[in-house]
Amino acid sequence: MYGMTRVAISARGVSKTYAGAEQAALNGFDLEVPQGTVCGLLGPNGAGKTTAVRVLSTLMRLDSGTATVAGFDVMKQGAQVRKNIGLVGQYAAVDEILSGRQNLVMFGRLNGLRYRDADKRATELLERFSLADTGSKPAAKYSGGMRRRLDLAASLIIAPPVLFVDEPTTGLDVQARQEVWLAIRELVAGGTTVLLTTQYLEEADQLAGHIAMLWHGRVVSEGTPEELKQMVGGDWIDLTFASPELAERAIPAVRPLAQGDLHAEPARISIPVAERTKAMLAIAGALSAEGIEPEEISLRRPTLDEVFLEISKKQEVAA
Amino acid sequence: MTAVLRDTWVIARRDLTHWRQQPWGVVINTLFPVMIALMFGGLFGGAIGEGYFDYLMPGMFALTMFFGVEATMTAVSSDAQKGVTDRFRSLPMSSGGVVAGRCLADMMGSVLGLVVMAIAGMLLGWGWHNGMLQALAAFALLLWLRFALLWVGIFLGLTVKGPESVSMVQILVWPIGFLSGIFVDPATMPSWLGVIAQWNPLSATAAAARDLFGNPGAITGSREIILAIAWPLLLTAVFLPLSVRKYRSLGG
Ligand SMILES: Nc1ncnc2c1ncn2[C@@H]1O[C@H](COP(=O)(O)OP(=O)(O)O)[C@@H](O)[C@H]1O
Ligand SMILES: [Mg+2]
Repeated sequence: MYGMTRVAISARGVSKTYAGAEQAALNGFDLEVPQGTVCGLLGPNGAGKTTAVRVLSTLMRLDSGTATVAGFDVMKQGAQVRKNIGLVGQYAAVDEILSGRQNLVMFGRLNGLRYRDADKRATELLERFSLADTGSKPAAKYSGGMRRRLDLAASLIIAPPVLFVDEPTTGLDVQARQEVWLAIRELVAGGTTVLLTTQYLEEADQLAGHIAMLWHGRVVSEGTPEELKQMVGGDWIDLTFASPELAERAIPAVRPLAQGDLHAEPARISIPVAERTKAMLAIAGALSAEGIEPEEISLRRPTLDEVFLEISKKQEVAA
Repeated sequence: MTAVLRDTWVIARRDLTHWRQQPWGVVINTLFPVMIALMFGGLFGGAIGEGYFDYLMPGMFALTMFFGVEATMTAVSSDAQKGVTDRFRSLPMSSGGVVAGRCLADMMGSVLGLVVMAIAGMLLGWGWHNGMLQALAAFALLLWLRFALLWVGIFLGLTVKGPESVSMVQILVWPIGFLSGIFVDPATMPSWLGVIAQWNPLSATAAAARDLFGNPGAITGSREIILAIAWPLLLTAVFLPLSVRKYRSLGG
């Protein structure tokens, strides 16, 4: 599939069910990430992203299937895998009482560096992640974005060939999100292979060259961000009416403007559109020509859940 | 091997840095048992009579060791919940280092606590009467108890979920402490309570320490000392493997 490039992360038919859980968290999970690329694992809450990361980073055993990271089997060669990975978990895992620098020195020492080297590396990383000014403050005093950057720095001490980043910006504000994106982009420029999980298509689009969509523990669709955005489709325009009768009358007027099937509910119509502004104007025009006035017109992006539902519907049809 | 030793020291040093960053936490934790001793000494001393501190202190030493369960559990569960444990587990380091580092740090904390308590005790009129060697043996038995309780703390820390369960364990510490020979002689308790108290591991260590220090209430005989060695051995034999298993299977 990827020609001659070497595969940094590979998972085949990986399944994992938590003790006591009814449904499998991973259910035939397949993934291949070529060396030096960034793969975005995109999926809604509960899709199995964290489980995938924990299995691949040897924190958790898989039930069936095989997985290798940097060429080593996660089940049989855990120690070698750990020598080749960095992990940024879903929650920033830093010692809050220690300062940023103390954290980095400690993790450096645990990565096998001598004190002097660990200290030097800490200085470099604090600099690189714009934490030099606050390096001596306890991490508890850091903002969410700063803590995330410290967390990233801590997983880069030995410049691992493969880096796992689990939902790096969930819960961060816009500014902090931008900071973290910048940090991840720099890493990628350095040639690290990254598996990044996210709930946001936009984030995967910004950072990853290849996106795998995860849904109920399986990759249901893969491709470049462009391919996936096409599949996701454009915006939707929602029309709300005072009565179901009005909505009934509006349907024939707006149907020709829809890119695909429109969804009609009593008193409400959702129309998939290609070009948002033009479509908005055209719909308004078509309605006023019929003398129908909607109560509300709104424009929105499809939710990730809608996208996944759409994809799995298409797959069912194909099967 | 040197790698394990280095990891152990790095992890233990992390706790020492915590102490330095939050010195008040250390002061409060070490003075808390002193306060309890003063309180109980003051409360019961009058009723029980002269020399109550001489009786009470070895029990208070055992109680100080027992409080350590809480310290270990809190540290371990907070690391597990904040993902710090996962980060350690994803590093190319030995899991032995993580655990041994925790042991070393907690044992250092307990030695400090014991020294402070001993000094406080001496100021209140407690002392050892059988010579230095026996006194050292008593302290060794107390630390042996602490070592066993470490594994109980690690196991609980990896098992409990969230701060609610932590505070529940913190509350349970008290009845276990009271139902022992720490504050009063189990022989003076109603019969069934007395039996429980007598078999409480804390009682064995407290009684053995009393014996070795030569404090009043000592039941001279080797039974207490054997129990004070055996109880922690049993606790370790049960909770050490449980903790290791729990650590390995974290997250299923
Ligand atoms: N420790 C656990 N015990 C039982 N079920 C779990 C546990 N962790 C996650 N799950 C379940 O496994 C599924 C996948 O979870 P997760 O990998 O955390 O998803 P994501 O990271 O994509 O939100 C979910 O249905 C979740 O409820
Ligand atoms: Mg997750």
